[in-house]
Amino acid sequence: MIQLVEPFTEEKIRALKQGDMVRLSGMVYTGRDAVHKYLHEGGKPPVNLENQIIYHCGPVVIKEKGKWVVKAAGPTTSAREEPYQGDIIEKFKIRAVIGKGGMGPKTLEACKKVGCVYLHAIGGAAQVLAECVTEVVGVHLEEFGSPEAIWAFRVKDFPAVVTMDAHGNSLHATVLEQSKERLKQLV
Amino acid sequence: MRNLKSNLLELIRRTSAELPDDVVHTIARSAKQEQQGSNAQYAMNIIVNNIDMAKLKSAPLCQDTGSILFFVTAPKGFDQLAFEKAARDTVAEATAKGYLRQNSVDSLTGKNTGNNLGPGSPSLHFHQHRGSRVDVRLILKGGGCENVGAQYSLPDTRINANRDMDGVRKAILDAVIQAQGKGCGPGILGVCIGGDRATSYVHSKEQLLRTMEDANPDRTLAALEKDIVVSANKLGIGPMGFGGATTLLGCKIGLLNRLPASYFVSISYMCWAYRRQGFVLNSSGKIVEWLY
Repeated sequence: MIQLVEPFTEEKIRALKQGDMVRLSGMVYTGRDAVHKYLHEGGKPPVNLENQIIYHCGPVVIKEKGKWVVKAAGPTTSAREEPYQGDIIEKFKIRAVIGKGGMGPKTLEACKKVGCVYLHAIGGAAQVLAECVTEVVGVHLEEFGSPEAIWAFRVKDFPAVVTMDAHGNSLHATVLEQSKERLKQLV
Repeated sequence: MRNLKSNLLELIRRTSAELPDDVVHTIARSAKQEQQGSNAQYAMNIIVNNIDMAKLKSAPLCQDTGSILFFVTAPKGFDQLAFEKAARDTVAEATAKGYLRQNSVDSLTGKNTGNNLGPGSPSLHFHQHRGSRVDVRLILKGGGCENVGAQYSLPDTRINANRDMDGVRKAILDAVIQAQGKGCGPGILGVCIGGDRATSYVHSKEQLLRTMEDANPDRTLAALEKDIVVSANKLGIGPMGFGGATTLLGCKIGLLNRLPASYFVSISYMCWAYRRQGFVLNSSGKIVEWLY
């Protein structure tokens, strides 16, 4: 198990390899469809994203006694951001993207170039992952609607697996090729 | 029917926060089969913790509370319109209470209705029977797994599948390969052979009302169900597509007659967060049994 703690330096990120299990502690910024489209079309990020982590997540956050409380915060399918992600990683020097389902070759290439990784969270585990959020630091671009806004979360021991590293390796590609080979033996 | 709304509210709460026992047992058994220290075991342990935590907190175990699918079997003379109204009112209430996420979007304007109500939501399927009891079942099916469902029209030259059981098998295993980990596996497949495009998909979803232990009464299908699970688990896709021993937890296959010209194989992929629950009401509207 690797403890990945901020600051998220290029050195720390490049040291990660496909298949590494991590526990992440530090700031993460949620961003899904609306945020990616906005940034890709030249929108100004409301927070400095350099050396930061983007989390593909539309959380359920409610206000209790004047304070934000995270009720559910699992990952959403990342593939929808494939048209934008690579450019955004390069433009803002993003160090990691958290999501589920993996991403494609454009993102993998940007990870290699910039020093960024894809961290696969456990899809469906909304409660375990909500518990990892220790503080809601802020919310930006709320006009996109609550699930589509940028939520600034401080997380502790957030579990994930490095499925795409900064050296051009993708566990998704490996498992796909291997399963296709095995299928040939079965049909 | 008295108390129908409060009964339906409890059904929605339970379905969203608690997996049925048969699913919990199957997941626990699979978790033990993953290699010590592997990514797959890491994923399965988190899944097991999440199931416990959601039940304890009475909170949605997955934030995508999914399509809301009601299956109702009722006696002749049962008031479907009254049931539909009660179901709609309760879905809105369950959304306000946070048992369900605001999950229904107008396909033209992109606007979220905010209460899970709208054309097609919730989705209600009524059947009549000769008995006196009312059987109400609910499935919540998230978008990630729904997106990896597939329908094949045999013959299919891409996968070399003919119009026979071997062709059906090839289609199902191809769907598993295409899905990889994207449907939040390990998954459970509901499959229908035959029907038209619409009835075939509905019947594939109805297979998901069966329990994990339930063996198909048809021997050919029972054998195919077993074979699909064993074969899929040899593919090594594993939980979340990380690689590993458990790619599928189960496979349930049903049949509909087909036109001579058509041969559909429809596959509904259900994620590990297999939310299904149901109850039986007696003629005075009291819950006499929870079904799962």
